[in-house]
Amino acid sequence: MTDLAKNLHTEHMVINMGPSHPVTHGTVKFLVTLDGETIVDFYVEIGYLHRGFEKMCENSTWEQVFPYTDRLNYLSPIINNVGYALAVEKLIGIDTPERCKYIRVITSELSRMADHYTNIAASALELGALTAFLYFVEARELVWDLLESFCGARLTSNYIRIGGLKNDLPDGFKEDTKEVFKRCRELWVDVDKLLTKNRIFLDRMRDIGIMPPDEAIAWGFTGPCLRASGVPYDVRKAQPYLVYDKMNFEIPIGETGDNFDRYLVRMEELNQSMRIVEQALEELPSGPINVDIPEYRWQSKDDIYTKIESLIFHFKTVTGGIRVPPGEVYFPVEGANGELGFYLVSDGNGKPYKCRVRPPCFPLTAAMPRMVKGALIADIVPTFDMVHMIGGECDR
Amino acid sequence: MEEGGTGMGIINSQQSAVGSLQSGEEQILGSSVLLTKLDAIVGWGRKYSFFLYPFVTACCGMEFMSLAGPRYDLDRFGAALPRFSPRQADLLFVVGTISHKQAPILVKVYNQMTEPKWVFSFGVCATSGGFYDNYATVQGIDTLIPVDVYVPGCPPRPEMVIDGLLKLQQKVAKEKWSDWPRGEAPVTKNK
Amino acid sequence: MTAMESITLKKLKEKFPDSIVDTHSFRGDETATVKKEKIIEICKFLRDDNELLYNFMMDLTAVDYYGREPRFEVVYHFYSLKYNRRVRLKVPVPESDCTVDSIISVWIGADWFEREAYDLYGIIFNGHPNLKRILLYEGFEGHPLRKDYPVRGRQPLIGPKN
Repeated sequence: MTDLAKNLHTEHMVINMGPSHPVTHGTVKFLVTLDGETIVDFYVEIGYLHRGFEKMCENSTWEQVFPYTDRLNYLSPIINNVGYALAVEKLIGIDTPERCKYIRVITSELSRMADHYTNIAASALELGALTAFLYFVEARELVWDLLESFCGARLTSNYIRIGGLKNDLPDGFKEDTKEVFKRCRELWVDVDKLLTKNRIFLDRMRDIGIMPPDEAIAWGFTGPCLRASGVPYDVRKAQPYLVYDKMNFEIPIGETGDNFDRYLVRMEELNQSMRIVEQALEELPSGPINVDIPEYRWQSKDDIYTKIESLIFHFKTVTGGIRVPPGEVYFPVEGANGELGFYLVSDGNGKPYKCRVRPPCFPLTAAMPRMVKGALIADIVPTFDMVHMIGGECDR
Repeated sequence: MEEGGTGMGIINSQQSAVGSLQSGEEQILGSSVLLTKLDAIVGWGRKYSFFLYPFVTACCGMEFMSLAGPRYDLDRFGAALPRFSPRQADLLFVVGTISHKQAPILVKVYNQMTEPKWVFSFGVCATSGGFYDNYATVQGIDTLIPVDVYVPGCPPRPEMVIDGLLKLQQKVAKEKWSDWPRGEAPVTKNK
Repeated sequence: MTAMESITLKKLKEKFPDSIVDTHSFRGDETATVKKEKIIEICKFLRDDNELLYNFMMDLTAVDYYGREPRFEVVYHFYSLKYNRRVRLKVPVPESDCTVDSIISVWIGADWFEREAYDLYGIIFNGHPNLKRILLYEGFEGHPLRKDYPVRGRQPLIGPKN
C-alpha cells in the first residue's frame, strides 16, 4: 500500500478563480496552484477595474474631482470626499467652521457603518449565512436612507465641498437618526447572536489568515486588519483631524490577527461609530457650514445674485477652478479599510497637477498569498472577505 | 390575436388571423382548456423565470446587493436565483464599469452562455462608459455584445432597475421562435 | 517645536550629507529630496535608527514634471508608529536613466507600489523580482500617467476603437 502511495503520480493543478466569480466581490483574479485541496502557490492579479482616476483628476478642476473620489471606496463615499477636501484645505491653508467639522464627522461615521455592514453581510453570504446578509442589508438600507435625506443619493454622495458642505443637515435629522440607530442596534444583536458563537462560522474563520504584527507593518497594513493583529494604530487617535479629539470613543484591538478577530474588530467598530454619531449630534453647534472666502467656496445664491464680487468669484471658480497655491501635501484619513491618504501636488492652476490616493486595500490584497499559502482552498473565501478589497479603491 | 396574459383564443392556421373570437367554439371548449400560441406560452414562461448571471464589477454592484435584499426584492419577479455558471444562466446583468482588461472576459462569458440569452446593461458605465472617458474604459458594452435593456444611472435606484426588468419581460414575451439562435457576439466575428 | 519636528531631517543631513539635495517643511509636512544612488541605505537608516523608527512605508508613487529636467520624481511617504511622525522622501529620476533601486528588501510591501509606478510611469526599479504591469493589461503600449499620454487615447484589447 505504501509502495502504491509512493508511486502514484500527482500533479499540481492550477485553477483560475477568475475575475467574474461570486466570491471575489471586486474583480480580482487568483491563480491557485493546488495539491489536492492545499494551496501550494497563489498569485493575485488586479487591475480589472482600472478606470484612470488619477488621469481624470488631472483633467478636471479641483471641485470636479469629488465625484471621482466618491467612486473610489464606493461603500463609504463620504470618507473619500472628506479626505480629499481636507487635503486641499491643508494645501490652501484654510479651516472650516465648527458646524461643518461636526457634520463631516457625523456623515463619515455613517459611511463607515455602511461599509462595515456591507462587509459583514457579504462575508456571511459567502460562508452560507444568508440570514445575516439580509439583516445587515436592511441595516445598510436604513443608514442609506439617512444619507439620502441630506445629500440626495444613496451611494455616490458628492456631499463635501472644499471649504464646506453642499447643504446643511435637514430638520429632524437627529430624531430620524435615533430611530434608525434603535433598529440598527436590534439588527446588530441579531447578527451577533447568529454569527459570533456559531460553530460553523468559528471553524471557518478562527486561525485562518493569521498575520503577525511585525509582518503586517512590513506589508503596509492599516485599518481593521492591522488592529486585529494587535497594533493600536488608528489615524483618528494618532493624528486626529476634524473634531475626533473631542469625541469619546475606543479602538478595538484584536489579539491573534486571524479572520475572526478582523470580524470582531469590525463589529465593535460599528458600535463605536454609533457612539460617535450620537455624541456629535448632541454637541452639534449652530453656525455657518461654509468658510467665508469666496475665492474657494462660493457664497449662497442670494449673495451671488445681488453682489458683484460673489458673482465674479463664482464665475471664475466654476469655469476655471479654484486657484490653489503651489506645493504638495499628504493628508491621511481613517477610511473604513485603513489609512486613506491623499497626496496632492499643485502648480497654482485650477486643476490638480497630481492627485494620488493611497489605497488602504492595496497592500492588504498584496499580502493575500502570505496569508493563504498552506491553507485549504476554502480558506481563501473568509480571508478575502475580511481583507475587504474594494475594486474601485484598489485599482482606482 | 391580441396579446396580454396568455393569449387565449382560437388559432386557425389555414385561415389568416381574423382577430375575432368565434364565440361558438369558446362555449364548446369551456374554461378548462387553454388555447394559445407556442411563442406566447414560451415567452410567458421565460419572462417569469430569469436566471441571472450578475457580472458585477463596481459600485453598481452595491445597488445590485440591495436589489437582492429584503426591501427591493428581485424574487417577486422570478429573477431571484443568481447562477454563477454561464451555462446555467440566461440573463447577463452587466453591473459596473468594464475596463479594457475585463472586456475579453465579458465576451467569453457571453459566448459561453446558452441561448436564449438576454443582456441587461446596469448603470451608465456599462451603457456608455459613464464619465470615465479615458484610455482604460470600454465606452459602452454594446460595442462588444448585443444589449437588450439599458438602465442608466450612477448608480441607478433599485426601482429603475426593476422598471428595466419589467420592460425586458415585455420584450421577452413578444419574441418569436425565429429570433433564436443568434450566434456569437458580433465582436468576435470580426477577427 | 521646530527642533523636535526636524530631527529626521537633521539626522539625515548628518548621516548622508552628500545625498541630500534639499529639505523643507511645507504646511507641517517634512520633505527631503535625496539623490537616487543611496536610496536603500537611507531607507534602512530611517527604519532602523533608534530615534527615527519609521516602520511603515505608507506610500510610493511617482510624479511627472513634464518639461523639467529631471523629469520624474519618485515620492515615498513614511510613518513612525512609536514617535507618531511622518516624513516624505523625493528622489528625482531623469528620463534618460529612468531607473531607481527597489526598496523591496527593506519593506516587502513596496512590491506592488513599485509595479504600479512602473506600469503607469515607466520607471524601472532595479532588483524588483517581478516587475510586470499590474493595473493595465499585459500588452498595453505606453505609460498612461505621463503627461504626454492623452486622456482619451484608446487602446482596446477587443472591440472597436471608439
